Amino acid sequence: MIRDSDFDDLAHKSGEWLRGTGPESDIVISSRIRLARNLADFPFIRRCSDEDRISIERTIRAKMDSIDDWQDVRYIDLEQLSEIDRQFLVERQLISREIADAEGSRAVAIDPREQYSVMINEEDHLRIQVMHSGLDLKSAWQSIDELDDKLEGAILYAFHPQFGYLTACPTNVGTGLRVSVMLHLPALVITRQIDKVFRSMQRINVTVRGLYGEGSQYTGDFYQVSNQITLGHREQDLVALVGDDVVPRIIEYERKARDFLVKQGQQDLHDDVSRALGILSTAKKISSEETMHYLSKVRMGVNLGLIEDVPVGTINKLFIHTQPAHLQKLQGRLLGSSDRNVERATYLQCHLSGKLSDGELN
Amino acid sequence: MKCQYCEKPATFHITELTEPDGPQVMHLCEEHARGFLQKEAATPAASIAGALAKQLNLGQTKQELAELDQKECPVCGISFFEFRNTGRLGCPFDYTHFSEDLIPLLTNIHDSVEHCGKRPRRAAAADSHAELIQLRREMEEAVEREDYERASEIRDELHRIEEAGSTEQNASEEEE
Repeated sequence: MIRDSDFDDLAHKSGEWLRGTGPESDIVISSRIRLARNLADFPFIRRCSDEDRISIERTIRAKMDSIDDWQDVRYIDLEQLSEIDRQFLVERQLISREIADAEGSRAVAIDPREQYSVMINEEDHLRIQVMHSGLDLKSAWQSIDELDDKLEGAILYAFHPQFGYLTACPTNVGTGLRVSVMLHLPALVITRQIDKVFRSMQRINVTVRGLYGEGSQYTGDFYQVSNQITLGHREQDLVALVGDDVVPRIIEYERKARDFLVKQGQQDLHDDVSRALGILSTAKKISSEETMHYLSKVRMGVNLGLIEDVPVGTINKLFIHTQPAHLQKLQGRLLGSSDRNVERATYLQCHLSGKLSDGELN
Repeated sequence: MKCQYCEKPATFHITELTEPDGPQVMHLCEEHARGFLQKEAATPAASIAGALAKQLNLGQTKQELAELDQKECPVCGISFFEFRNTGRLGCPFDYTHFSEDLIPLLTNIHDSVEHCGKRPRRAAAADSHAELIQLRREMEEAVEREDYERASEIRDELHRIEEAGSTEQNASEEEE
């Protein structure tokens, strides 16, 4: 049985995928797979009436309710949520920006470990997502495949023998599968090789986007690598294209760039990451962009052993918890931009300054 | 020649074929050209517009395309023109109704027109999507006018179609 829920408690913890563990977790933040599915007996979302949307939402909710082992799954009615709460779920990667900004009946179901989320009435009727920490696509595929089987037992999907799973946009048809690996690539950015690496990717059917990137602005040196095509290949092959072929190559380039930076001037690099930690732990007000910029340096410093005593999981958490909606949820009140900058600085100080005096200064 | 958006020299000259007022030529510096092309690649509608523009180059005449634009799905009422503009289809039956028109597009996007991945254990026959959507609509209308007898008949009919789909699927699995 799934339950209606608020999620004030979520603000104080973080999702499984932020643990900073799993294979290659010094470079790979998370492995995410999503499946796009639609009900056979409804128009796609754009052509749905308000009643259709309500009906889809109720139908799917009732079907999910019939899945036995979905204990403790939270069900959140997004139409009823405040903008700040929707933003919070976007920052946490549990819902998409599209569904947050949409109108009409829509919802999300989330498991307690925040590994699964099922969005209802996004661009497609169902968007199922599984997210794991580190480079862990094969087990993410297994999890989502099982979840999809369970839902399929209860829901009649729109499926075509030739075109596969039918989706509102033909760019998703077939498998409906999007594999996305989030990578932290600061050394490729510093050594100015990032564009070259990504230009070479375009030839092999993968796309690259920034984390929370608005337009072409990539924040915090995070990049998301995804498969471009969804039709004509088996799911396992698309997973392997990204997970076994493309991502390991990018990891190798990033490692080489990090080695180069260390060899070229360890002292400069040590100085740079330590200053970043210094600013984050002592600033009295700090913007989100500046935080991302310095946290990225600190994260690389931690992974290269130049900063001790700060677990990478803490840094991962800080990237998310210093986002605007998270800060406001943690404070339990709405904050203007300049108040947020003060709160953000206090929050960072509280989580990092102890580490600084224990680790760096002594 | 200067870039349209800044003082730098324009080194990229891009002709946009999908503008409503006919082809439009843009003169951009490297930075703005990259921004423009990335923005284009980011939205599905744009990639569909791009694929369609390619299709146009591959020999479809303007008249053929204009005729295609008028074509409408009998179930959801979406026209090919609307699909081309938004990049989104209106209902599952569109894949059957516009099948021939979508094939060149799918080839351009995916380099394939044949799904070879997972198949659901239960699936309604592709040509029954229209019937399913229409029957469910009728059922809701029947409930609204409190004609519960008709609503229940339609429900049975829907179940029958769903069941037929699942047996068909199982039968084809057994054949394999």
